[in-house]
Amino acid sequence: MAKPIVWGGIALALAIRFAFAAMGAQKQLGRRVEIATPLTSLMRLAEGQWLKQLGLSPYAGSAYHGSPLLLSLLGPLTSRGTGGQLLVRFHSSFFLFVVADLLGAFLLQEMGKMMDSAHQYYQAELRLDPQMSKSGVKELKSKSILQPGKGTGHAKVGLGDLAALLYLMNPFTIAVCVGGATSPIENLLVIVALYGALKGNAPLAAFGWAMSTHLSLYPAVLLIPISFLMVSGPDKPQWKVFERENRSKAHFPLQWERYGHFLFFSAVWWLSIILLSAAALGGREHLVEMLPETYGFILRVDDLSPNLGLFWYFFSEVFTHFREFFVMVFHANILFVLVPLTIRFHHRPLFLAYVMVAVTTMLKSYPSVGDAALSLGLLALFTPVLSDFRFSFLVLNGYLVVAILSPSMHHLWIWRGTGNSNFYFAMALVYACVQSILIVESVGTVIRHDRILWKSSEVRVKEESVMEHQHVD
Amino acid sequence: MATRDQSYSTLLPSLLFLLFSLSLLRISGFETVVEKKEKFSEDLLIRPLSDGKVLSHFYFKNYQLTLGSAAHTHVFPKAISQLVSKFHITELELSFTQGRWNYEHWGGLDPIASLNAKPSGVELWAKFDVPIDQVDPTWRNLTHALSGLFCASINFLESPEGVASPNLVFGSKKKPGSERHYGLVRYGALPREAVCTENLTPWLKLLPCRDKAGIATLLDRPSIYNGHYHSLRVHINRSGPGRAVVLEQTLTLVLQPTHIRERGMKELPHWSLTSLFGRKLEGKCPLALSSHVLLELERSLVENVKASGGKAGEKVTSEGEQVDIADNPVFHVSPDPENVLVESVDSGDASKQPSLMLEYDLQRYSLKQPLNLALLWRRKVAWSSVRGPFRVSRFLIGSGNDKGSIAIEMKRNFNLSLQDGETSAGDFVEVIVFQMVAWYVRLYMHTLMARIDGNPVPLRDITTEMLVTPAEDRLHPAVLEMHLKLPRDINRLCLTIDFDKGFLHIDEHPPDADHGFDLQSAFLSFPRSQTRRLYLNQQAAQGEDHPLIQTLNEPGFLHMYTTLLLVPLATPDKSMPYNVITFTCTILALYFGSLLNTLRRRIGEEERLAKAGSGGKLKKAIAKFMEGKSESQKRLIKLSGVILIAAIGVAVNYVLEQFEVF
Repeated sequence: MAKPIVWGGIALALAIRFAFAAMGAQKQLGRRVEIATPLTSLMRLAEGQWLKQLGLSPYAGSAYHGSPLLLSLLGPLTSRGTGGQLLVRFHSSFFLFVVADLLGAFLLQEMGKMMDSAHQYYQAELRLDPQMSKSGVKELKSKSILQPGKGTGHAKVGLGDLAALLYLMNPFTIAVCVGGATSPIENLLVIVALYGALKGNAPLAAFGWAMSTHLSLYPAVLLIPISFLMVSGPDKPQWKVFERENRSKAHFPLQWERYGHFLFFSAVWWLSIILLSAAALGGREHLVEMLPETYGFILRVDDLSPNLGLFWYFFSEVFTHFREFFVMVFHANILFVLVPLTIRFHHRPLFLAYVMVAVTTMLKSYPSVGDAALSLGLLALFTPVLSDFRFSFLVLNGYLVVAILSPSMHHLWIWRGTGNSNFYFAMALVYACVQSILIVESVGTVIRHDRILWKSSEVRVKEESVMEHQHVD
Repeated sequence: MATRDQSYSTLLPSLLFLLFSLSLLRISGFETVVEKKEKFSEDLLIRPLSDGKVLSHFYFKNYQLTLGSAAHTHVFPKAISQLVSKFHITELELSFTQGRWNYEHWGGLDPIASLNAKPSGVELWAKFDVPIDQVDPTWRNLTHALSGLFCASINFLESPEGVASPNLVFGSKKKPGSERHYGLVRYGALPREAVCTENLTPWLKLLPCRDKAGIATLLDRPSIYNGHYHSLRVHINRSGPGRAVVLEQTLTLVLQPTHIRERGMKELPHWSLTSLFGRKLEGKCPLALSSHVLLELERSLVENVKASGGKAGEKVTSEGEQVDIADNPVFHVSPDPENVLVESVDSGDASKQPSLMLEYDLQRYSLKQPLNLALLWRRKVAWSSVRGPFRVSRFLIGSGNDKGSIAIEMKRNFNLSLQDGETSAGDFVEVIVFQMVAWYVRLYMHTLMARIDGNPVPLRDITTEMLVTPAEDRLHPAVLEMHLKLPRDINRLCLTIDFDKGFLHIDEHPPDADHGFDLQSAFLSFPRSQTRRLYLNQQAAQGEDHPLIQTLNEPGFLHMYTTLLLVPLATPDKSMPYNVITFTCTILALYFGSLLNTLRRRIGEEERLAKAGSGGKLKKAIAKFMEGKSESQKRLIKLSGVILIAAIGVAVNYVLEQFEVF
């Protein structure tokens, strides 16, 4: 482990954050549409807190649409005193966001380590060593997976360190952390859920899943990957590969008991979230108004202010009588892919979780770069299996183009008045394209990877039988 | 048949005669009845303004004692009578305004300005006498009724999106802030409504003589719509004693006199009724109890006259210097007034001159001897109207279509002493601010800041009461009511509040969306600033026959409106719905299609294997199920499948509608 590099990277990431915050970047970034969505904006949270202090419901206006628990956590940081003049003090929540980012990076590092050891374990188990296969080498040489040096075990920086550093140094993560939006906390909770599931820690996984679903609804789809993680453990090659190696199923027990714990703790956490929300809102009757203002607001797409997603412009243009139909279709798009993805990747639940996060990042009703920060952070965990990803140059440049041109187009439209809404929406389309390429290509790469594993095992089994015959002869 | 016809033809004249005599009887009887139950009076107040323009204020007051939709009315408009009884209106005010009142030059601290300076467009507020849950439906119906009555798009105020429920301001002439409305008042404004003759005509129809006789004959359309300010107002009040309905109809005009060029005269803003309206007054409306034309001369002008007339130091009395005030070195008024009313000023302030009111009774004028009131200036004088203690303005801070701040600023008029216009002594300046902001200007209430003379002040130190209704998207506007108590020596107060600009669906945009969106004027009320002008008439014991003077004499409070605020919003490209739909759906289809393709594609031997064996378990099961079934049975099974899917669709639709998910 090359610790100095990792520590240096972490220090650098922190230094960048503090430097930007000290320069007052928060004022510039805090209300940018790419960073603060109606759901994550701290400005709206402060408004909710103000209403709450006046004795009104935080959902009284159309300002706040977040969780009452988040309001109780962050609200006091945004306001001072009771009633009267309230000053927004973002810097106190900034420290909280830095801590959230660090914690997220730390958990990603741990997850990376676990993934790395699992990867190496299965590689050894299936004897996927280039030395072992001789006649199949030519065919497989081009496939990077079996080449020495490219495997993670030999890399200077461990998989976990890589994931943590990429997460911390990602400009999107930095922008959201400095600008001030509640995404770092939401992201942290998703990471907590996945970490808990990977570790087999049922209470932690249940906590992360319930809380992140409570905060932003979309992590609800992570229930399926988390369930697979709890039951059958971390990502591994397809079962049929083991079958060919004559492994019995007893070798990989299904941990139903652990899953039972997870379900039990999920119920416990959900119950406590509901009770705490009721307490935070000051009465159980207020829960009824909370649902349409939080989940309802996400699903109805009421707010048409521009963001990086596809929804706002589509629903400000679409004919009113088709609106409901399209709202359903857009949301169903997330659920539709869940089933085929689960069928294909049930043996790689963490990868399935990543794909679902990426899909929701793209098809969210109010996306921000904070969501991209999470999905890109998770992506680094799959470096070994994604090593022959094909369009990395295109995707990387796509992200760069969007990161640079999208604020420019927004500026042209909103501030200069020389462009119009189509300019900005074009960037949203590009962003969606880039993300869909990333999703489709990473899915394809992992499928290819599994295929190669299957083939190489076939080659090896043949070789071994030939060798055995020779031996007998 | 023929004989019958003949008998009719002889009968008809006698019948007509009978009817005629009956109607005569009716009119003679009417005189006595009306005096008690219905009263109508008309007044015209003309005031020369310091910037050379002329303010004319038409005032028609109609009074009805009994009420009931079935009750017969003589002079009182039946439409209003029915409106009041049907919608249980306690008080209502509707105004159609064009132009902006100039508080600097046309006066701020007088009852005419305070009551008739209205925001541009249509403004309507009403107080109802119905249970609280009935207020909104009643208001909706009222807007439709008024819309029909005045040929205006008042019905746009039916949707709660632009309607507020003020608690401290509007309604009753009591001290603002002294009573609460408890949700019985509704307020709405349409800043963009164009005001035209089609609003004036129905307004005139409410007058018993329309514009055929009396003061309303002056309302020559081209000249009155050519002015700088035009405000048509209807005020209904039923809160007085005996629940009598009082209908006040006023029309306030500020006109620029077209110069009369006569020999030897300089170009001064001379005016006469004919030059202003192109007509003379040929007598009163026969149904009016009283009919007066009043010429009001402001304090400062009277001071000027005194100073220049060589008779300085002498106090003007209505009798002694009548001639002097009508014909002096500064101006000449013709004809001579019948009466001069003098404002009663505080006895402690001897240096101050009272303002004067020259009175003309229209009863003395007729077709043969019409009244053509004229004022000729002899020389140029500089004088000013009575201004309010503060100037108020509202403006936007920030550029771009993303965010900004609204600022309401109150600046003291420095040329006034602190005491001016503040009747009740105290250590505070009190002001009530009412501000309604449409939901698409998303206010952040927590950013509300107050600055006094440039220094930030905690809000809780200066507010005695603050009522906030945050905006709800597409449901109701943000309403802010603040009762402020400011230090007495305040020079400048600035209230700022931040906002984000919302984005609307293309159907929600008005026709010319790129012009921007008008925000309703903010309303400021000063409970410690009295506007009343107490005119004393030594001759008569005032009262009944002088409704306009009565109105001026009533205690009133200073109200001010800020100007409208034009907020430009970013608009979507309205020519693009199809492009946007197709582009977005293409991207989604590409993503979904390629993802699904990647997931299900098998290559080489995999495909072969899938075809040969394990794959298609479902297919096999279906084939097994279908085996041995006849053609008709197969068709039936397929049909039932289709019906099942349709039923699921219907059920989903029903559930969605039932729970109003959308």
